[in-house]
Amino acid sequence: MRAYWELAKSSFRRHSTYRTAAVAGAFTNSVFGLIRASLLLSAITTAGGAIGGYSATEAATYVWLGQALLAPLGLFGTAELAGRVKSGDIAVDLSRSVNLTASYWAQDLGRAAFDVLPRGLPPLVVGAAVTGLAMPGTPGPYLLGFVSILAAVSLNFMGFFAINLLSFWVLEIRGFWMLYMVVMNLLSGFLVPVTWFPGWLLDFARATPFPSMLQTPVDILAGRTDGAESLAMVGLQLLWLAVLLVAVQVMVRFGSRRLVVQGG
Amino acid sequence: MASARDPHAPVTTLVLLKLLVSARLRSQLAYRGSFLSDVAGQVLLGVTEFVELYAIVHNVPTFGGMTLAQTLLVFGLASVAFALGDLLMGETDSMSETIRSGKLEVLLVRPLPVLLQLATSDFQLRRVGRLLFGAAALVVALLIADVQWDAAKILLATITPLAGAAIFCALFLGAGAMQFWILDGRQFANAFTYGGRYVASMPGAALFFPVQILFTFVIPATLVAYAPSLVILGLDGPAGIPAWTGWLGVPTAVVLSGLMLLLWRAAIKKYTGAGG
Repeated sequence: MRAYWELAKSSFRRHSTYRTAAVAGAFTNSVFGLIRASLLLSAITTAGGAIGGYSATEAATYVWLGQALLAPLGLFGTAELAGRVKSGDIAVDLSRSVNLTASYWAQDLGRAAFDVLPRGLPPLVVGAAVTGLAMPGTPGPYLLGFVSILAAVSLNFMGFFAINLLSFWVLEIRGFWMLYMVVMNLLSGFLVPVTWFPGWLLDFARATPFPSMLQTPVDILAGRTDGAESLAMVGLQLLWLAVLLVAVQVMVRFGSRRLVVQGG
Repeated sequence: MASARDPHAPVTTLVLLKLLVSARLRSQLAYRGSFLSDVAGQVLLGVTEFVELYAIVHNVPTFGGMTLAQTLLVFGLASVAFALGDLLMGETDSMSETIRSGKLEVLLVRPLPVLLQLATSDFQLRRVGRLLFGAAALVVALLIADVQWDAAKILLATITPLAGAAIFCALFLGAGAMQFWILDGRQFANAFTYGGRYVASMPGAALFFPVQILFTFVIPATLVAYAPSLVILGLDGPAGIPAWTGWLGVPTAVVLSGLMLLLWRAAIKKYTGAGG
C-alpha cells in the first residue's frame, strides 16, 4: 500500500512542475466554458425558462462545474501506457513488484489531486463572475460530491486504461482511442447534459458507464439530487467501477501473456 | 507512379512535394485495418459534433435565430473549412512536441521550407473522413435550407469553404508559432484553434456579446461559416456580427495568413536549438 501512496505523491509532484501547462489549461477551459455557457443559455432563453430540467443558472453551473472538473477527472485521458508498449518500456513496468493497474491508477489519482486547484478553480471563478453559480449551502452535496469525483476519476482512468491495453493486441490504438474519446465525451454529458438528448439517445447513454464519468459528480456537487438519490448514483458509479476493474484485470492477464517485447 | 520523370532532371520543389505526399499516402494505406478504423473515428467525430448541436436545437424552435436546416448550413460550412485546414496545417498544433523531441532540427537542415515539410509530414488521409462528413452535411443543408439563389450568393457559397480553410490554416500556424515562445502552452492555442472550430460551427447569435466580438474581430471564427450563412439565407445578424461581415471571409483570410506567416518566420528565426 505504501508503494502506491508514494507513487501517487510523486505523480502529484511531477505534474506540479508543469505550471505553464496548468495555466494554459485553465485559460482554455474558461474560454470553452464561456462559449458553452452562452450556447446553453441562449437555447434556454428561447425555450422560455428550462430545458431537460435545467434552468438558466443551473445550466450555467453545470457548464462551469464540467469545465472545472474536466482536467481532474481526466476526460481526455493519456496514451502513456500504449506508448510504453510501443517502446518496450512496458517490460520494466511488468517486472516491478507492484500491480500494473494499481500503480497506474495511483499515479492517476496523484495527477487528479494536483489538477483540482490550478485547473479547476479558474473556470469556477470566471463562471461566478460572468453567469453566477447555483451551489448548495449544505455540506452534504460536497461530501458525497467528493466521493463521486473520486469514483469518476477512477472510472475515467479504467476506461482509458482499457483502451491503452488494446496495444497488447494491436499495433496502433489511435483509431480506438479516438472512437472511445469521441463517444465518451458525448455520452458522459460533457458537451450537453444527457437529459437534453432526444429520448432514444438518453436511453442509450443511461445504459453505459459514461454518465457516471462526468454528469453524476457534477449533478451531485450542484445539489440537483437529494441525499438518497445521490447515494444511489454513487452506488451505480461503484458498480461500474467494479465491472471495469474486472475487465481491465482480465485484459492485463491475457494481454501480458501475449505481449512480446523485442530486445533486452 | 514510376512515370516518365527524367532521373537526371533537377528536382524542383514541386516534384519533391509530390514525392513526399505520395510516399505519405502510400505509407498510410499500407496498414489497411488501422487506416479504416482511423477514418471511421474521424467520421464519428463529425457525427458527434453534429449530435452535440442537434441535442441543443431539437429542444427549441430556433437556435440563435436559426432553424435546424439553417444551423446545418453553418455546421457544414464550418466542418468542411476546419477539415481542410486541419488536413494541411494540423501538424503545427503539436509544435511543442516537434521542438522538444528534436524533430524540428531535422526539418531545419533539409533544403525545403519547414512549413512545407510540416504540411506534408502530417498529410493525414484519415482526416478525409471528417471532410466527407462535413461535405455531406453541407450538401444536405443546401438542399433543405430553402435558399433564394442569385449570382452573388453562389459566388459566396463557393469561396466560403476555401476562405474558411485558409482562416483555419492561419490559426493553426499562429498556434504553432506561439509554442516557440510558450513551450508548455499548447493548450492556450487550443482555445483559438479548437475553440474557433467550436464557435464556427454554431449560430453566432447564440453567443454572449463579448464572445461574439472576440470570435469575429479578433479570432475570425464566425466569419468562417456563420456570417456568410447569414448572407446566403438572407438573415439579419446579431449586434456583434452584422450580416455585412459575411463578405469579410476572403480579405480576412488573406490578412490573417500574412500576419501568421510573419509570426511563423519570427518564431523560426528565434529558435536557437536545444543542442545535441
